[in-house]
Amino acid sequence: MAQAIRKGLILYTFRRNKTSIVGAVMAALIVSLAILAPWISPYNPIEQKVKLQYFPPSLAHLCGTDGYGRDEFSRILWGARVSLVVGIASVLFSMVFGIPLGVIAGYKGGRADSVVSRFNDVFMSFPIVIFGLLILAIMGPGLFKIILAIGVALTPRIARLTRGSTLSLKEMPYIEAARAVGQSDTKIIILHVLPNIFGDILVMGTLWIATAIIVEASLSFIGLGVRPPTPSWGSMIRAGLDQLTNAPWLSMFPGLAIFLTVFSFNLIADGLRDIADPKLRG
Amino acid sequence: MFQYVIRRSLLIVPTLWAVVTVVFFLIRIVPGGPAVAALGTYASEEQIRALEHQMGLDRPIMVQYVTFLADLCRGNMGKSLITQRPVVKEIAQALPYTIDLTVAGMVLGILMGVPIGIFTALRRNEMPDYFGRVGSLIGISMPEFYLGILLMYVFAVKLDLFPVIGGGDLRDWGSRLYHLVLPAFTLGIIMTAFISRMTRSSMLNVIVEDYVRTARAKGVTERMVIYKHALRNALIPTTTVIGLYAGILMGGSVLTEIVYSRPGLGKMMVFAVKDRDYMTLQMVIVIFSAAVFLLNLLTDLLYSLIDPRIEYR
Repeated sequence: MAQAIRKGLILYTFRRNKTSIVGAVMAALIVSLAILAPWISPYNPIEQKVKLQYFPPSLAHLCGTDGYGRDEFSRILWGARVSLVVGIASVLFSMVFGIPLGVIAGYKGGRADSVVSRFNDVFMSFPIVIFGLLILAIMGPGLFKIILAIGVALTPRIARLTRGSTLSLKEMPYIEAARAVGQSDTKIIILHVLPNIFGDILVMGTLWIATAIIVEASLSFIGLGVRPPTPSWGSMIRAGLDQLTNAPWLSMFPGLAIFLTVFSFNLIADGLRDIADPKLRG
Repeated sequence: MFQYVIRRSLLIVPTLWAVVTVVFFLIRIVPGGPAVAALGTYASEEQIRALEHQMGLDRPIMVQYVTFLADLCRGNMGKSLITQRPVVKEIAQALPYTIDLTVAGMVLGILMGVPIGIFTALRRNEMPDYFGRVGSLIGISMPEFYLGILLMYVFAVKLDLFPVIGGGDLRDWGSRLYHLVLPAFTLGIIMTAFISRMTRSSMLNVIVEDYVRTARAKGVTERMVIYKHALRNALIPTTTVIGLYAGILMGGSVLTEIVYSRPGLGKMMVFAVKDRDYMTLQMVIVIFSAAVFLLNLLTDLLYSLIDPRIEYR
């Protein structure tokens, strides 16, 4: 009952919150474009046409063509798939490991807490991009490896935030009551703790998807992304940087694509956070 | 207080040790090992043996580890596999460029972010607040390298006001500063977005506190209420969070350096990855992580300094 009301309230506030609606619409649009890429992209994203090198944007090629004569617009559409898959999959990966670690550390306290927290401290000293770079430098590039690298880098961050949410719940009367009637820790965690930190996790997840997309783009900008010729926004910008004076569109359009995608997720998260923390609403 | 500083600072040792250990073992779990990775799959057995011997990789892993730690304590970071120069020297050469960039980025971020945060909080739900919020959201959604390219395109390529690439001459302050402007603003604008958001929300939290209302009630001028009562307390959480942004600052500096071809640590690290120069790579990563950790420690200490409520246990 209380759960239903809470969920209804979240939906209600979400609908009233214009920023998150704008964000959700933008994100939905980008996700559909990514899914539909094989059917709607005007050209083959990896087909090279030497005669079409560095064509500026035109009606035939909305975002121009690159140094191999490939259609930039089609490549941006296909590149959305890499960004979104990596963004979502790496956050899910980090949640699978980070949430249990955080809940156990926060709920159990004591030694479990100190072990998890010390690990977090060490791993959080590595900036996400640098940790991802280290892992990819060792394992080599590839889609699954990027997901793994970013997922591992995000795990301690998710664990830390989950631990914080759990800690603030732990002393709540209803948790105490559940313990008083003899419910097992597992049951308390599943029935009472997890549903109540769900809101925090949702905000966190959307925020970290935005971060993960930036990190993926950064890593492929550095040259550690998916293997060519698979298009990814970061590596397209990198290629465009060398041609900034004579073909600026090659870095501008993929950059805009990254920005709009990340911006849409940040808008959603911003609205969700207002719901989670009404004090900051406004 | 003094004891607290000492105790807190002593934590550097185990944390750095853990960071070094993680990097050491991660790099050495590569199948085939760094020597194979460095030479490529076409290298002969002899070449690999020779390089492994030079890197000390033919010894048992624990012996390597202890030697590595002992060397590190003496300030010996090994030799670059590519240039054969001591890694310490290479790092010393690159470090000033990175320090210039990160310090300038952070200073710009604070100088622009804190006033924007206060101003938007005071004009809550009015036009300036609306612009500030959207602006900061745009800033945190912008990858450093994209912002860098945009600034470079407008101010270096089109307007020809600043150099496109390079870090300038370190001994010549004019050239050093001239080359620093665009990279520093790239990083500074991103930091401004994060810091202004944080300042705004902590200011909003403080404004509703009882002591602010009390100050107003007893007739303190609005100016004094803001600066003396609200701002001071709002800056406390802001300070700690600036420490949390150390990671973003360091990661961002790597990307900014690549865009502007600044010969700093970030560029060095990326080249080390490309050349599979693991000796250089491990040390640069250790330095970046140590910097993040030290910045966090510093803000923690600063926190206890500006907030008298903190107990030094």
